[in-house]
Amino acid sequence: MSQYRICPDTGLYFDRAGEGLMKANAVAGVVALLVAGVLALLVGLTRWPAIHYLGASDFYMVLTAHGLNALIFWIIFFEIAILYFASSSLLRCRLATPRWAWLGFILMLIGAIMTNVAIFQGSSSVMMTSYAPMEAAPHFYLGLILFAVGALIGCFVFLGTLVIAKEEHTYEGSIPLVTFGALTACIIAVFTIASGAIILIPSFLWSIDLIGQIDALMYRVIWWGMGHSSQQINVAAQVSVWYAVAAIAFGAKPMSEKVSRTAFLLYILFLQLASAHHILADPGVSSTWKVFNTSYAMYLAVLASLIHGLTVPGSIEVAQRKKGLTNGLFEWLRKAPWGNPVFSGVFLSVVTFGFLGGITGVVMGTEQINLIIHNTFYVPGHFHATVVLGTTLTFMALTYFLIPVLFRREMILPGLAKWQPYLFAGGMTILSLFMMGAGTLGVPRRHWDIGFAQATEMGLKFEFPGSAEMMLGLVGIGSVIAVIGGGLYLVITVGSIVFGKKIEESAGLMQSFGLPLAASCYTSEKPEPVKGPAADLEEHGSAGFEAPGTFVLAMVLLVTFVVYYFINWKYLSSVWPMG
Amino acid sequence: MSEEKEERVPAMQRLLDNYFLLLFLGVTMPTVFYILWGVMEIVSIPIAK
Repeated sequence: MSQYRICPDTGLYFDRAGEGLMKANAVAGVVALLVAGVLALLVGLTRWPAIHYLGASDFYMVLTAHGLNALIFWIIFFEIAILYFASSSLLRCRLATPRWAWLGFILMLIGAIMTNVAIFQGSSSVMMTSYAPMEAAPHFYLGLILFAVGALIGCFVFLGTLVIAKEEHTYEGSIPLVTFGALTACIIAVFTIASGAIILIPSFLWSIDLIGQIDALMYRVIWWGMGHSSQQINVAAQVSVWYAVAAIAFGAKPMSEKVSRTAFLLYILFLQLASAHHILADPGVSSTWKVFNTSYAMYLAVLASLIHGLTVPGSIEVAQRKKGLTNGLFEWLRKAPWGNPVFSGVFLSVVTFGFLGGITGVVMGTEQINLIIHNTFYVPGHFHATVVLGTTLTFMALTYFLIPVLFRREMILPGLAKWQPYLFAGGMTILSLFMMGAGTLGVPRRHWDIGFAQATEMGLKFEFPGSAEMMLGLVGIGSVIAVIGGGLYLVITVGSIVFGKKIEESAGLMQSFGLPLAASCYTSEKPEPVKGPAADLEEHGSAGFEAPGTFVLAMVLLVTFVVYYFINWKYLSSVWPMG
Repeated sequence: MSEEKEERVPAMQRLLDNYFLLLFLGVTMPTVFYILWGVMEIVSIPIAK
């Protein structure tokens, strides 16, 4: 029997080896977020026309590093921590092959550092996408390959842990819903990493002159199998955390566990096909391929997101109504714990992910109206709403729960922590909205100077309307607010695990980075029946559909979506007159 | 016999409980519909003369 401890506050199970790996991966992710956040400020201040802070070369270098640290390193490190938590802790069993898991972590760490070194040496300012025939330094690709191999090891450790739990009968019936969501993320990750291997290994060989050329279109199609799917890992992981927080903060059960599981199955089958929307403006692949992948198939994944978007707040409403908060449609929401950053972060994430990220994602996935905004500033506006407001904000909220439970420290600055999700979400909402506004006016993404100063010197002249400049200024203001909100998160979380009051005496500095607590904290005896918040996370059940307030909110989302969708078609007809 | 019938696990639940079948489906679907189909279309583009 392996050693474990039970959290006295929540009843959660922590395997001794798994606990260290969760901490190490989460901390590495937070360090990557720190790097990404500093670089985000530089990018934001450069695209703010009145400031235009960085020079062109530095801008593209910084943007490349910002993209990879924010979209890949921060999120995947944190997701590996979630996979270990969702398997080992929620199934109450030992983590499979912890030595392999540490090897995976070390490979990821080396890979992330190697890729960052390649970028900051200045020879790999190729953006996150590194489209061929733009060539990066060999260690740029090698770092990404090592990171991917490490993450793949993490996925197989997760799957191995599921096998152990089944063999050792540590749970009854099916795995908990949160673990099933993590399994969905893991499956998407395996496809993502396989696509990455197919394209990054030849790219590495090309960078050391062992391969003559990489076909640009082939590269784009296969790279997006990795690039977009990596963001679908996030969606599955963040939705799992939504269900987890609903259970932790409210004791909520999903409205229908069967429906929620089926929605995750739709993710497994169809979510990754949305990668094709990056290729919608490319010649060489047929409309049949584009429309099947981005519309028919992707809409089934969108249906799954709509289900989760309904059932997560719906489950909270049902739980609140059971506690007697039954006045009107929204007493359950008014009296929710808005001062608890674990709840507020997740709820803001659900709303902004749905209204900003989800609706615009469907618009971008439609072949015809995609043409209005393809490769404009609208695209980062969309994915800052999905990946940052959706995933990053959710993971931030989860961290506040983990500080006392996993790291065994009290959170410092609790007053500031109450405001942090609002500040971060507010800044990021401003940024996303005005990025999308500027994109609708045609402002390009990844562009250092929309004044086209060098083109003007060559006799070419193009000016964007003044409203585009104003929106870029507002993007800059949004980015500064969001960076302050992100900085607060880093100060609170890092400060807590380093300086926070110890809840467990042996929770020293090194224990915050992965070393186990004192031996006396762990036991090898058979675990007792689960109690406390852990029971709500691990047990099965459905809460029912008595959630009228949530259904009203869902209708508001649907009406907003329909109106916005048709506005885009109307706009398309005006920019693309058919006579 | 009737007890056996009662304990029969529904097909959908058996699918959802079979992690490795889900892994197979989750990798095969995008590999076929996105990667292979897309690559076939690209390689079938005539080479410019």
